[in-house]
Amino acid sequence: MENQKSGKLSLIVFSGDFDKAIAAFTLATGAAAMNREVNLFFTFWGLNIIRKDRGRKFLGNDILAKTFNFLMGGVKNLPLSRLNFLGLSPKLMTFMMKKKNVATLEELIEAAKALNIKFIACEMAMHIMDIKKEDLIDEVSEVVGVPTFLEYAKDGMTLFI
Amino acid sequence: MANYFLDITKDHCPMTFVKAKLKVESMQSGDILEICLKDGEPIQNVPRSLEENNCTIISTEKEEDYYILTVKKN
Repeated sequence: MENQKSGKLSLIVFSGDFDKAIAAFTLATGAAAMNREVNLFFTFWGLNIIRKDRGRKFLGNDILAKTFNFLMGGVKNLPLSRLNFLGLSPKLMTFMMKKKNVATLEELIEAAKALNIKFIACEMAMHIMDIKKEDLIDEVSEVVGVPTFLEYAKDGMTLFI
Repeated sequence: MANYFLDITKDHCPMTFVKAKLKVESMQSGDILEICLKDGEPIQNVPRSLEENNCTIISTEKEEDYYILTVKKN
C-alpha cells in the first residue's frame, strides 16, 4: 500500500466467538481504512473464522480431531460469548445488524480481504487440531510461529481478542 | 480527470470510511469524488480517513440532513 502511515495494528484473534470476531474485524478494517498496516493472527478458536468450510465438517485424520472440528463448526457456527441460547443469538444478531444497516461479520471479512489485510495462522494451533493450510481460506498468506508473528507485530500495537 | 460519486448515508462505522477508502483506491490521481454522508460519526471520521489516504478535501456542504463532501485524490 502506498504511503502507509505508522501505527501498525496486529490482532491476535484467539477467541472464536461471534461478537469478538466482529470486534476484531471492525478494528482491523477500520485501521486499514485509515491506511495503517494490519496483521490478523488467528490461533485456537480463531481458526474457526478462517476455515474454508463455513459449516460443520469432520476435518482431520483421527477420530478426536474429526469430532473436535465438527463440534466447533466454521464461520457460520460461531457462538456468542454470552447468552448464546444454543446458537440462536448469533443468527438474531445478524438479523438485527442487517436491519440497522450495520456491516455483518461476512461483510467485514470481505472488506478485510479487499483492504489487503494480512491473514496469518498459528502453526501450533493448526497442528493440535490437525488442520492444514489448504483447509483455510486462500487469503491466509502464511502459517507462522511466535517469532515470525512478533517480527510482523514489532513497533506496532498488538491486541489480544 | 474523472468525477465519481459515493452514497454512504445508510452506512455505519467502519463501513463508512472503509467504502470511501476502497472507492478512492479505484480512482486515478487528480480524480474528484463526491460523497454523500450523514451527520455524526460519518462526517467526523470520513474526512480524517480520506486525508490519511492521500486526498485533499475541497469542500464540505451541509444539506438538510446530510453532507456533501468533495475530495480530490492527490
